[in-house]
Amino acid sequence: MKNTAVNVKPVTTPGPNGRRNFLKMSGLALAGTGLLIAGCSDDDLETPTDNQLPGVRNGKFDLGGGDAGILTYAYALEQLEADFYTRVVNNSNFNGTFPDEVERAILVDLYNHEVIHREFFKAALTGALAGTSGTVLPALEFNYGGLNFANRTTVLQTAMALEDTGVRAYNGAGQYITNADYLVIAGKIVSVEARHASAIRDILNGGASFAGDDAVDPVTGLDKAEDPSAIIRQVAALNIIQTPFTAQFLQ
Amino acid sequence: MNILKFLESFTNEGVLESLNSKGSRRDSFAQFGKAGATAAMAAVPFGMLFSQKASAATSMAAAADTPLSALQLALTLEYLEDEFYDMGLAANGLIPAGDRDVIAQISKHEQSHVTLLKNALRTDAPAKPTFDFTVGGAFDTFTNYQTFLAVAQAFEDTGVRAYKGQAGNLITEKAFLTTALQIHSVEARHASQIRRMRGLKGWIVGNQRGDGMPEQTQAVYNGEENVNQAGFMTNNVPGSFTPRLTATGGTESFDEPITGATATSIASLFIVR
Repeated sequence: MKNTAVNVKPVTTPGPNGRRNFLKMSGLALAGTGLLIAGCSDDDLETPTDNQLPGVRNGKFDLGGGDAGILTYAYALEQLEADFYTRVVNNSNFNGTFPDEVERAILVDLYNHEVIHREFFKAALTGALAGTSGTVLPALEFNYGGLNFANRTTVLQTAMALEDTGVRAYNGAGQYITNADYLVIAGKIVSVEARHASAIRDILNGGASFAGDDAVDPVTGLDKAEDPSAIIRQVAALNIIQTPFTAQFLQ
Repeated sequence: MNILKFLESFTNEGVLESLNSKGSRRDSFAQFGKAGATAAMAAVPFGMLFSQKASAATSMAAAADTPLSALQLALTLEYLEDEFYDMGLAANGLIPAGDRDVIAQISKHEQSHVTLLKNALRTDAPAKPTFDFTVGGAFDTFTNYQTFLAVAQAFEDTGVRAYKGQAGNLITEKAFLTTALQIHSVEARHASQIRRMRGLKGWIVGNQRGDGMPEQTQAVYNGEENVNQAGFMTNNVPGSFTPRLTATGGTESFDEPITGATATSIASLFIVR
């Protein structure tokens, strides 16, 4: 994997929609593990020392801890999904790869949704981190190697993996969110990812695969929920994200 | 982690008591009757609406915004879905052979959800209400597959929104919150599949209930037209994208919560006692 130095400028100005509209840092748990940082209180908006805010540490971007870390983690996953579908729908042979207009429409919708999700998190983090020492995760670099975007099965299998991963990730992240507004936002998104997963699985394999036993436990009827560290390991194993990053403060 | 083993560890009544320690149960059955008398449900005979004198044992709990009330609402909705699908699968000639595996998979999940929530709530589990999925004969639910699917869509989309609306009430109970999220995403898978079987998109467009959905189900979709997510306008995303973003992608990409009261009023349409 290429070792790319990440040059990040601290964000000091509010995002386009103005700071007042955004979920502010005051609601966030600045110490993700509950540890008290000496000299800082939970109400401190702009803690100068290592407050586990997202940002570059020792040359690598760390996703951060607490609510800001979870938002950044979600932003990273949405960046990946958005990038993937952008490539799918912009592939020069998209119409040939997906001759069925219903399938094309699904993929175009997924492109739309994931781009919107990504841009939402970018804006939310920009607003929330404004005036703090935290920085917004930069645009990650992606490389899909030999993945054939003109092969229907390959595209759908990759889409299925990404959507199912998103569901597991959001389901697992919920318990770590301390701000109720953020929890609602995560909730609003995860069900859409599950709708995506269902549709992709159905066009790929039909039958009961939309909510197959491989994803939904046949005894409990539950989708999986996995910790950020587990999801990050799985995503790293895809070898798609080229930008090195760490997540030392996420469970 | 085996969720059933985990739940068995909650044998101590004190745990469930703590779930009810915040807030109080308000006797607000009047609000159910009021909610039911909206214009959207005017076509339904009033006698079928939820009785205002229902006893605590057989009725849905008033919205109390506690972890306990959240789980009780969830169980009531799961009872509803579970029985609905059981009856559908048992109705001779209703479900085409090619669709049985889909409906059976959904049914299996709803049954599991009932079991899980009953085990979690133990003596605090509400009794299963008496349902009438025909709404006093207004819907030919088990004799017309299109109606069956329409009602299924309404239930699943309601379930997604209802669980989402209760997440905040579970924020202090991390294990239950996670479980609720794990059910919620499954309902969303169901919803997507049923919608697509009906020729709609798997995601909700604006506040459209979609072709063939009875007027009474509009309540399930009101609010879904929201394009303001914490100040970010999802229908006016800054930047340039190729292809250009669609006009409805914003409403589609975020599902909206509904309150316990709204979920209750929707479910009440199908509850006799």
